Amino acid sequence: MNYFADVGALARKDLLLELRARDTLPAMLLFVLSTLVIFHFVLPGDSSELAAKGLLWVAIVFTALLGLSRAFAAEREQGVIDGLVLAPSDRSAIWFGKALSVLAFLGLAELVALPAFGLFFGGVDGPMVAGIVLADVGIAAVGTLLAAMAAASRARELLLPLLFLPLAIPIVVGGVGASVTDDPSRYVGFLALYDALFAIICWASFEYVVTE
Amino acid sequence: MSTSLRNNRLAALALLAFALVVSSIALVFFYAPVDADGLNQKIFYFHVGIALTAYACFAWGGWKALRVLWKRDADADLESYVAIHQGVIFGALTLVTGSIWARYRWGHWWEWHEDQLVLFLVLFLFYAAYFMLRFSVPPGPRRANVSAVYALFGVALVPVSILAIRLSERFIHPVAFDRHGPNMAGSQFFTFCVSWAALLTLAALLYHVELAGKRIDIRMRELREALR
Amino acid sequence: MTTEEKYVAAAYLVIFAVVLAYVVIIALKLQRLERELAELAELARDRQDEREAVSVG
Repeated sequence: MNYFADVGALARKDLLLELRARDTLPAMLLFVLSTLVIFHFVLPGDSSELAAKGLLWVAIVFTALLGLSRAFAAEREQGVIDGLVLAPSDRSAIWFGKALSVLAFLGLAELVALPAFGLFFGGVDGPMVAGIVLADVGIAAVGTLLAAMAAASRARELLLPLLFLPLAIPIVVGGVGASVTDDPSRYVGFLALYDALFAIICWASFEYVVTE
Repeated sequence: MSTSLRNNRLAALALLAFALVVSSIALVFFYAPVDADGLNQKIFYFHVGIALTAYACFAWGGWKALRVLWKRDADADLESYVAIHQGVIFGALTLVTGSIWARYRWGHWWEWHEDQLVLFLVLFLFYAAYFMLRFSVPPGPRRANVSAVYALFGVALVPVSILAIRLSERFIHPVAFDRHGPNMAGSQFFTFCVSWAALLTLAALLYHVELAGKRIDIRMRELREALR
Repeated sequence: MTTEEKYVAAAYLVIFAVVLAYVVIIALKLQRLERELAELAELARDRQDEREAVSVG
């Protein structure tokens, strides 16, 4: 399956680059930890545990934004985007590979953030983790496409959060719902629906975003 | 230059809009009965119509966006942009009229219970970002493509957001809230339909006027280049 | 006028105002277009004069 070989190669390239440069992932880790610490000072004394869980999702979304803003940075700096686009492979493979690497970064950041959250605020459970996993997929899918769009514009760092946040609202609703309510399955199901719908849309439309 | 209505579509549309708007306002205030909710219910004849018209504008913008990507229709990019512009104007109007009603009904200008208000807030943010996107990409086929993809995202976002907002209420406000149902009497329904038709025609009129204005701008620029 | 009536009136007024604002914007745009058209007509006339001057001379 040549397509998946391309996707794998692209994702592996991003991960290897990060392994050597070591700039994006440490930044994301430090950012999410600092944010969690700030949350301690932000929550008034009698806040419920639920409030903290809600804030975790704020941390996740903004950490993801940090990672996404770097998503196409390497390609842009090296002038490589045109090369990728002209390559004979299906252009949606670029999206797929990049989304996988974004997913990996986000997952790695959360591998540190979740235990920290559990330590600071308590209450990390199965449904919450399921919600986080599915939310990550949605964030990676949609965020990668929007990062490519923002890369085409003159105001890219400013634009990406503006484009991303309205689309992140359903993700946050699903994630918070999975974390705090009594019937998380409904919200997990909703996240799966969002992921499926938007992954397909992103996969199909990526080609138009990067070509003329 | 022919002045018959058949050859002057814009004038015909304007006349139709005029007739419908006047009739609908007359119907709202002189024909439709005042029901149990009281006089403030009259706001809904236009508020709901405005909301539905905003959806229609975004849908039309999405359709034109599809044509940009699928048929490579060059005109469709401008048409998509103008339709979305109309949608944002009607969306803002939805928020304002809804807010006025909320102030009367609940005592404050914003109410998170009102699903429609929240939805329009999200859509407003989304489409405002559309304009920021459009103005930060240099004009050309790239901008047309990127705008079209984003507009289509908007179309997908509407049902997803509706679901999300409804789901979010379970953990935000686990308090019973009442809904204003569309259980209208026949005369009220008729008034509503006329009002909605009036608003759609008004939107179509404004759409064509704005489109004509932008096209003239483009032709002027071409003319200027040719005469240089 | 009762408070209720005031709110209903306010809602309709806002709609009216927005439509009128649109008309104002169109009017301004038309003025600008007229000005540009006058400039372009001037440019075209100069071009035509030049061409006649060249053909005569």
